[in-house]
Amino acid sequence: MALEAVIGLEVHAQLKTNTKIFCSCPTAFAASENEQVCPVCLGMPGVLPVLNKKAVEFGIRTGLALNSKIAETCRFDRKNYFYADLPKGYQISQYEKPICLGGYIEVNGRKVQIHRAHLEEDAGKLVHAGAAGLHCSDYSKVDFNRSSMPLLEIVSEPDLTSPEEARLYLTELRNILRYIEVCDGNLEEGSFRCDANVSLRPVGQKELGTKTEIKNMNSFRAVQRAIQSEIERQTALIEKGERIVQETRLWNEAEGKTHPMRSKEEAHDYRYFPEPDLMPLTISRQWVEEVRKSLPELPAQRRQRYQSDLGLSSEDAAVLTETKELSDFFESSLALEAPAKAVANWLIGPATAYLKESKKEFCQTALTPQNMADLCQAVSSGKVSSTIAKQLLLDLMAEGGDVAKLIESKGLAQVSDEGPIKAILQEVLDKSPSQLADYASGKVKLRQYFFGEAMKALKGKANPQVINKLLDEMLPPVAAG
Amino acid sequence: MSKSQLIGRTIAELHSLIKAKETSCLEITEAHIEAIEKGDERLGAFLSYTFDQARAAAAHWDERLSNGEAVPLLAGVPVAIKDNMCEVDTRTTCGSKILENFVSPYRAYAVEKLHEAGALILGKTNLDEFAMGSSTEHSAYKVTRNPIDPDYVPGGSSGGSAAAVGAGFCVTALGSDTGGSIRQPASYCGLVGMKPTYGMVSRFGLVAFASSLDQIGPFARNVEDCALTLLAIAGHDKRDSTCLSQSYRDQHAKPALTKAFIQEFKSRSAEENLKGKRIGIIKELIGDGIDDDVKAPILKAAALLEKCGARVEEVSLPHAKYALSVYYLVATAEASANLARFDGVRYGHRNMDAAELHAMYYATRNEGFGAEVKRRIMLGTYALSSGYYDAYYKKAQQVRALITADFHKIFENFEMVVSPTAPSAAFKFGAKSDDPIQMYMSDIASIPANLAGLPGISLPCGLADSNMPVGIQLVGRPMSDASLLQAAQGLETALDLKLVAEKIKSN
Repeated sequence: MALEAVIGLEVHAQLKTNTKIFCSCPTAFAASENEQVCPVCLGMPGVLPVLNKKAVEFGIRTGLALNSKIAETCRFDRKNYFYADLPKGYQISQYEKPICLGGYIEVNGRKVQIHRAHLEEDAGKLVHAGAAGLHCSDYSKVDFNRSSMPLLEIVSEPDLTSPEEARLYLTELRNILRYIEVCDGNLEEGSFRCDANVSLRPVGQKELGTKTEIKNMNSFRAVQRAIQSEIERQTALIEKGERIVQETRLWNEAEGKTHPMRSKEEAHDYRYFPEPDLMPLTISRQWVEEVRKSLPELPAQRRQRYQSDLGLSSEDAAVLTETKELSDFFESSLALEAPAKAVANWLIGPATAYLKESKKEFCQTALTPQNMADLCQAVSSGKVSSTIAKQLLLDLMAEGGDVAKLIESKGLAQVSDEGPIKAILQEVLDKSPSQLADYASGKVKLRQYFFGEAMKALKGKANPQVINKLLDEMLPPVAAG
Repeated sequence: MSKSQLIGRTIAELHSLIKAKETSCLEITEAHIEAIEKGDERLGAFLSYTFDQARAAAAHWDERLSNGEAVPLLAGVPVAIKDNMCEVDTRTTCGSKILENFVSPYRAYAVEKLHEAGALILGKTNLDEFAMGSSTEHSAYKVTRNPIDPDYVPGGSSGGSAAAVGAGFCVTALGSDTGGSIRQPASYCGLVGMKPTYGMVSRFGLVAFASSLDQIGPFARNVEDCALTLLAIAGHDKRDSTCLSQSYRDQHAKPALTKAFIQEFKSRSAEENLKGKRIGIIKELIGDGIDDDVKAPILKAAALLEKCGARVEEVSLPHAKYALSVYYLVATAEASANLARFDGVRYGHRNMDAAELHAMYYATRNEGFGAEVKRRIMLGTYALSSGYYDAYYKKAQQVRALITADFHKIFENFEMVVSPTAPSAAFKFGAKSDDPIQMYMSDIASIPANLAGLPGISLPCGLADSNMPVGIQLVGRPMSDASLLQAAQGLETALDLKLVAEKIKSN
C-alpha cells in the first residue's frame, strides 16, 4: 500500500508593532525580566485590554500579501486555560471570526492553500531555576515581557505533501512577512515559530489519516527533518498494522527523533467564548484598500519581473529574491545604473559563496549598492580586471570602503600600457625555450601558459586583451600540421 | 454648626453651607467620620476606612475654595466606594479572602473622577464576594445590616454602599450593578440607586464579575444627588473599549446629563417633569412571583404618575421569564473566565504548602474563594464546556438578544417602563442564604435591564407590610439616563416620602 504524507503548518509570527497588542508596553528587546510590563499584560484585577490598531493593520497587510479575504467583521475570543505564564487565565485570541480567511502562497509554482490567519496575544515565559527544564528545578520564575506581544497565527490547509515542500513554504512565508515588514522572522529569537501537523493516507484516498502535531523545531532544517522523521515513524506503524495515536510530539534535535509530549491529566477544553471586554472589530473596505496601496512588491512579483523585464533566469531570480535584503540591494544597485546581469552574477556567484563561507547574512556585510555600481563600472571600463574585481568585492564585503580609493591605494588599476606588458612577456618567453619550441611545433594550448605566467607576473592587473594582442605579435608561427 | 447637623444633608445643602462659610470640607469630613465611628461597628458597612486621605482632600479643597475657586460638582461631599473598585494606597478586597491584602497601583476611572470632582472618599464598602449575591451575606469578612432595621439584610451585592448612604455615613456612594446590585439594595434600604446605560461609566479599575453586564453607578438619598454623582463619574475613558465615545454620547444622549439640566428638573414640579411621558408598566413583573405588599405601592405610584400627566399603559416583555436563566448562564460564564486570574501566581492569596503548580492552584482557589463564588465559577465553566456551549451559553446569548428586542419594541411607543425593583422588600438574615435559587430570584426584575444594557433607576415608593421600603424601578431607552433621572425626580416630588431622612434624624 503506497502512502502519501499530508502536512499542515501553523506559524506564529510576532508582529513588529512598537507596543503590545492590548496595552502600551514597548515590544523592543528588554534588558531584564519583567521590565516591560504593566497592569494590563500582568492580568491585574480590574484592568482591560485595548486593541492596538497597528496590530490589526499588520494583520490586514499580511492577509493581503497571502491573498486572503480580509474579514469585514472579526471578533476576539477568550481561550481559557490555567498556566503560570498566562496571567489572565485566558488568552485573547480569535476563534470563530478570524481577521484573514483563505489565501495561498506560491511554492515552486504551486499554490499552497492557507486556511486562515488570526490575531492573538502571546503568553509570558517560564524560567526554571536550578535546572535546564521544568523537571528537577527547585522553582520557576515568570517573565511577562513577552506577555501580550502581538502574534498572527497563520494556519495552512493540510496541503503540503513533503518535508521539502514544507520547508520551502516556510521560507517563502517568512520571506513575504519580511518583505511587507510585519515580522522579523527570527526562529531562534522566537519571532517566527512553527508547529507541523502530519498524517498519512493511502494514495488516492480522500479522507485524512490520524494526525500528530509536532512542536519544538527551531530552524527550517529542523522542521524538514522532524516531518521526515514523523513520516517514517508513522509509515513503520502503519506497515506493522498499528494505529496512529492523535497526540502532540516534541522534536528532539540532538536525537533526530520526535517524542510524545507527557500526556496532560485531562484533555484541554479551552471553553472559547467571545471576549466581552472588546467590541467586535469592523474593518472598513477603505482601510483595506489603503493598506493594499501601501504594500511593497512581493517576492513572487519581483521574481516575475526579474525574468520578464531583466531577462534573468528563473533560478537567478529565485536566488536574488530569497531575502529582502539581497533583493533590495539588487534593486538599489540597479537604481545606480549598474547593469542587472552583471550585478546578478556578482551577487549570486562570489557574494553568495562568501556568505556561505563566512556564515554571515547579507545584511552583516559592509558592501553598499554604490560599491556594486562602481565595481561594475570599473570592470566595464577596463579599469580593473574581473579577477581583481572579484577580490575587491570580497574585500568590500568584509571591510567596506570606496572602490576608486581602494583601486588607487592598493594599486589595482588594470595595466593596459603595452610597454611593461611587452617587457614581462619577453621575460616569460626568454625563460621558457622548451615551451616555446613545443608551441611552435603545434602545441597551441601552451598559449595559455604564457598568458598565465605573464598575468601572474603582473599580479593579475594586466589587461587580458592587451596580453592577447601582444602574444599574437610575439609568439612564433606554428608549424603547419 | 454641630457635627450632627451636618449628617443626612444633600449635596446642595452642604454646598450652600460651604458657600455661606457656615462649615468647611474638613468639618463635614470630621462629622461623617464621627458618625461612622459611632455606628459602623453595628452596621458593618465598610471594609476599610480612608479617613486620613479624606481629611487631606478636605483640607486641599478648603484651601482652594478659600481662594475663591469655583466649587466643583462634589466638593466637600463625603462618599464611599464599593470594595471592588481599585483605589491606590488602600486594599481592594472584593469581599474575598483571595484578595485579602491586595493593593492596586492604579485607581478606577470612576474613583479618579470622584477625586477630580472634589469628593471626600471615606472608605471602601462591604459587598458579596466579587459582587456575587443579593444580600451582602456572602462577604468573606462580615455581614452588613440594613440601616432601617438591623434584623434585615441591606440587599446586595452593593449592600455596604447602600447601608453607608442610608445610615448617613456619607452622602452618596458608588456601587456596581451586574444584575441589580445597585438597584436592589437601594430598594431594600429606601434609597435612590441607578445603573446607567452600559458604557456610560468606564469599567477601568472595577474588578470584573461579568464584563458585558457590569456597570458602576451611584447610591443617594434623593434623585438630585444621584444625578450629580452620576454626572461626576460618567465620561469616555480610552482604557475601557466598551466605554462609549464622546461623539456617540454627544449624538445619542438627548437631553445630555448636565448640571444645568439637573438643576432645572430639580426646580420643576412633579407635573412639569412627568407630563406627557409615555410609561409602560411591565405586565410580567407585576403579576405572579411579586409580593402583594410590593405590588400595592407600585400600582399606587403608577397611578400617581398618571395623575401627574404621564400616560401609563401595560406593556409586555414576553421573554422576561427567561431573563434569570439567561443571566445565570451569561454572567457565570464570563465570571468563570474573569476570576481565572486569581491563581496565586502574581498577587493575592497563595497556598504555600503545595508541591507543584496544579496543587497550588487547587489549594489557593479552594481557600481563597467562598461557596457562592465557587458555585458560579462551576456553573459558568459548565455552560462554556465543549458539548454544552451551544445549548447553554450560545442559547442564552440568543435569548438575551430577544429580551433586548422586546425592550426596543416597547420603546417604539414608550419612553420608559416601570416595575418593582425587586419581587419583595428586604428579608431577614438567613432567610434565603441556604437557598441559592430563592436568592437569585430577588434579582428577577432588575436583570433584564443589564441584559439589554439599559439605564435603570430605583427609588423608594412606599412600605411593605414589614415596614421595610419598597423600590420602584424605571428603565429607559439606551442613553436616556438624563430623561430617566428627570422622570424619577418627578415621581420623587409627587411621592414626597421622607423614609430615610427621618430614620437618620431619629438615630
